[in-house]
Amino acid sequence: MNIRVAVLKFPGSNCDLDVVYVLRNVIGVDARLVWHKEFNSSDWDAVILPGGFSYGDYLRAGIIAAHSPAMKYVKEMAREGKPVLGICNGFQILVEAGLLPGALLPNDNLLFICRWVNVRVETNRTIFTRIIKKGSVLRMPIAHKEGRYYIDPKDLRELEENDQVVFRYSTENGEISDEANPNGSISNIAGITNLEGNVVGLMPHPERASERILSPFGTDDGKLLFLSMVETIKRGAL
Amino acid sequence: MPVYLVEILITNKPLAKDPEGETIHRDLLLRSNFSCVKKVRVGKLLMMEIEAKNEEEAKEIAFKACNDLRIYNPVAHTYRVEIRGIKE
Repeated sequence: MNIRVAVLKFPGSNCDLDVVYVLRNVIGVDARLVWHKEFNSSDWDAVILPGGFSYGDYLRAGIIAAHSPAMKYVKEMAREGKPVLGICNGFQILVEAGLLPGALLPNDNLLFICRWVNVRVETNRTIFTRIIKKGSVLRMPIAHKEGRYYIDPKDLRELEENDQVVFRYSTENGEISDEANPNGSISNIAGITNLEGNVVGLMPHPERASERILSPFGTDDGKLLFLSMVETIKRGAL
Repeated sequence: MPVYLVEILITNKPLAKDPEGETIHRDLLLRSNFSCVKKVRVGKLLMMEIEAKNEEEAKEIAFKACNDLRIYNPVAHTYRVEIRGIKE
């Protein structure tokens, strides 16, 4: 089965080729780099919005890309139940486009943070965490300045009740603590999903954590997200 | 038609933490003997020139732009619109 995955490129995207590389060479699917203006069909098996600084983060990270005509087809794919993944700036774009709830505000310490973190998998009902055991801890790097997830307390409760929190910053052993929270995200949230579980956004970079040779810990946990996606597509439904 | 000078001020909602404002307050003002300053909140200012029939219409256009295009994120921000005059 030939699985076709579009990796969108906006002006300022800079993790696009890493995602394409991992999808092609590590996961073994037919990944294509697609310029956002040329993304004019929802006829793909999945779409990934990679990290970077689309439109220079002007006004607010992700807001201008969220108005790209390409988003019409991303929304269509989301509606059709197809896998839609936003990584870092891609997550910010999905939030600004209204596909995921909340906001990503400047980090608590106002710095650009680039380091490896641990995240605990909170649910495996999403397309991208299906094959991962709930409660397992994944090592992935973060690299962002606007990654502090925020949502008001009432909506946070709803998010939790609906099982929409996918990843939480944790210690190596999976404890959720302030020390393990790199950016001040509410409730240590590192990634969330829509109600249906087909749209996922996260601040950490799974594509930078998919090959053992690139990890200081010799891990390749990020690969699991992409393998989950492939597994779901092969099975034909969420 | 006149061109109105319109300012849109976007700030964090009271509940959303504002680390930039807190840092300016703590590490700049309080350190420099401005203890009379009790709080700082940081926002973003957009200065627009809007062609419209009158002030009300100029304001309405600004509101519509903010809401339709999500110039502010309703989850975390509030905004206000002020008319600052007419462009000469």
